[in-house]
Amino acid sequence: MTMVKNRHIDAGLTNEQVLEMYEQMLLARRIDERLWLLNRAGKIPFVVSCQGQEAAQVGAAFAFDRNKDYILPYYRDLAVVLSFGMTTREIMLSSYAKAEDPNSGGRQMPGHFGQKKNRIVTQSSPVTTQVPHAVGIALAGKIERKDFVTFVSFGEGSSNQGDFHEGANFAGVHKLPVILFCENNKYAISVPIEKQLACENVSDRASGYGMPGFTVDGNDPIEVYRVTKEAVDRARKGEGPTLIEAVSYRLTPHSSDDDDRTYRALEEVKEARDKDPLITFKAYLLASDVLTEEMDEQLNKKIEVIINEATEYAEKAPYAKPEDALKYVYGN
Amino acid sequence: MPVISYIEAVTQAIKEEMEKDDKVFILGEDVGVKGGVFKATTGLYEQFGSDRVIDAPLAESAIAGVGIGAAMYGLKPIAEMQFADFIMPAVNQIVSEAAKVRYRSNNDWTCPIVIRAPYGGGVHGALYHSQSVEAMFANTPGLKIVMPSTPYDVKGLLKAAIQDPDPVLFFEHKRAYRLIKGFVPEEDYVLPIGKADVKREGEDITVITYGLCVHFALQAAEKLAEDGISAHIVDLRTVYPLDKEAIIEAASKTGKVLLITEDNKEGSIISEVAAIIAENCLFDLDAPIMRLAGEEIPAMPYAPTMEKFFLITPDKVEKEMRKLAEF
Repeated sequence: MTMVKNRHIDAGLTNEQVLEMYEQMLLARRIDERLWLLNRAGKIPFVVSCQGQEAAQVGAAFAFDRNKDYILPYYRDLAVVLSFGMTTREIMLSSYAKAEDPNSGGRQMPGHFGQKKNRIVTQSSPVTTQVPHAVGIALAGKIERKDFVTFVSFGEGSSNQGDFHEGANFAGVHKLPVILFCENNKYAISVPIEKQLACENVSDRASGYGMPGFTVDGNDPIEVYRVTKEAVDRARKGEGPTLIEAVSYRLTPHSSDDDDRTYRALEEVKEARDKDPLITFKAYLLASDVLTEEMDEQLNKKIEVIINEATEYAEKAPYAKPEDALKYVYGN
Repeated sequence: MPVISYIEAVTQAIKEEMEKDDKVFILGEDVGVKGGVFKATTGLYEQFGSDRVIDAPLAESAIAGVGIGAAMYGLKPIAEMQFADFIMPAVNQIVSEAAKVRYRSNNDWTCPIVIRAPYGGGVHGALYHSQSVEAMFANTPGLKIVMPSTPYDVKGLLKAAIQDPDPVLFFEHKRAYRLIKGFVPEEDYVLPIGKADVKREGEDITVITYGLCVHFALQAAEKLAEDGISAHIVDLRTVYPLDKEAIIEAASKTGKVLLITEDNKEGSIISEVAAIIAENCLFDLDAPIMRLAGEEIPAMPYAPTMEKFFLITPDKVEKEMRKLAEF
């Protein structure tokens, strides 16, 4: 990201807002790191990571009305759901598969977000099925004359799925207020982008569906915010959907069950780590005199306490009773 | 009580529910201006406008998926698949999404969608305009599958499906659309999903079936009655989840059971019905369970000779019923 000082002011962000963005990014990163530790210690069975995508996620989330808009995140969107009100404790409850997990009561793998009170729509594992759902929610809003905007995210590999194309086309035809947000982290598990896309950018696909498409630096939360905010404003004015592709890099293996050394060079990962948005955004905030090293230290301490408390709570929390597996197949 | 056709019952049920509840809307291919290729939604575009009767782009997964999104938001979509044969691109949305929304969210989110589709053969529809696809969905907890046989049942069950808090697949027999007519009361009513219906009381043999075959069985029962054979006829109406109690009661009543589907036999709805009877009624049975179903071929061919060969016909039903009675 560019180090021009105080760019965030031009993007319409206050010092308080960029600090809050940094805090959300840092919280997501530290939770994610803790989840890997817990997994390797044998405490939790599975982790799927957000590391490397926090800037894209927080930049996008902050462009929405987080008290009103709907989000359909995908499994890496830890920083998105935290920004929309899910708590660290709730993430830990989900990772430990405990009964109190608001996403699924311990029924789904971690990363399958859903929480109605925060308008985080439940998701499955087959990728991109959420795109038509987002379009349906936007359609419902249009039918009911509401002014909310819907966010839906997915990876670059997922943009090959029929549901992406069918959903995008429906949104384009009906000019629905949906932001299709592709988090291009350059890998679909092991398959690099060159083997995924026949076009250069995911955003090139927008023109087929009558909507604008943008590719932005996913390591730059301010730029992601600016582009997303403009798209959200257009959508709220009835000007239809936008496809945004935020390009970053997946810093971890696909999941706790993957070994990325079998398909990509360590050098490549190391190079990406130099552009880690947590490092570059902190440097920007320091240079812009928004953040100091002392403040950063305090923030890290505060986050550590939150994560420790959440982990302890989740570890002690009860599982669902075995026969609870029978509940909620039908409502009547 | 006026007499209306099977398809008129579909239209009336949708129209009345849309009049009652602003949250009900329709989406599908050709459902708007044209009123549907079979005319099931005729007049609704004019009455309710393009916001609530939506001509969707030709893409079945989006028709289901967009409907699912709207349902999760709290609307009550009725999505139409033009033919049951064309539901396949939407299977992931129906099975992985709609059916599991309530369960996977621990009752936080729900998906009250109705997906209607015309199914069944005998209309020169060949392989891809004739299929019965219910068995593919019938081991998916979270889904309900309704397949009514009469205008009265269509109207009452479609209203129930629209009001239901969970996803319902509503399969309408396309040959029944204009062939089958019946009395339907003027006043508002709903029928319970999940309940079979005794269409004819009898003592000697039991026939359990659904859809158009119910009528074939009723016609055959009249002929058998002339020869002193009394047939008990049960219409499943909901093929998933099955009404086990009604199946057990009907099988036990006569001890001789014929199960009929126009789907091919292996892994069909009647296979499950046979299993329920085998598990529960062994000592009440006086004959092996008989099944009448389509041949094990991919689907019915176009040529009339081969189509008729595949189809369940009134003659085939009568023959099997007599065979069972004589056992």
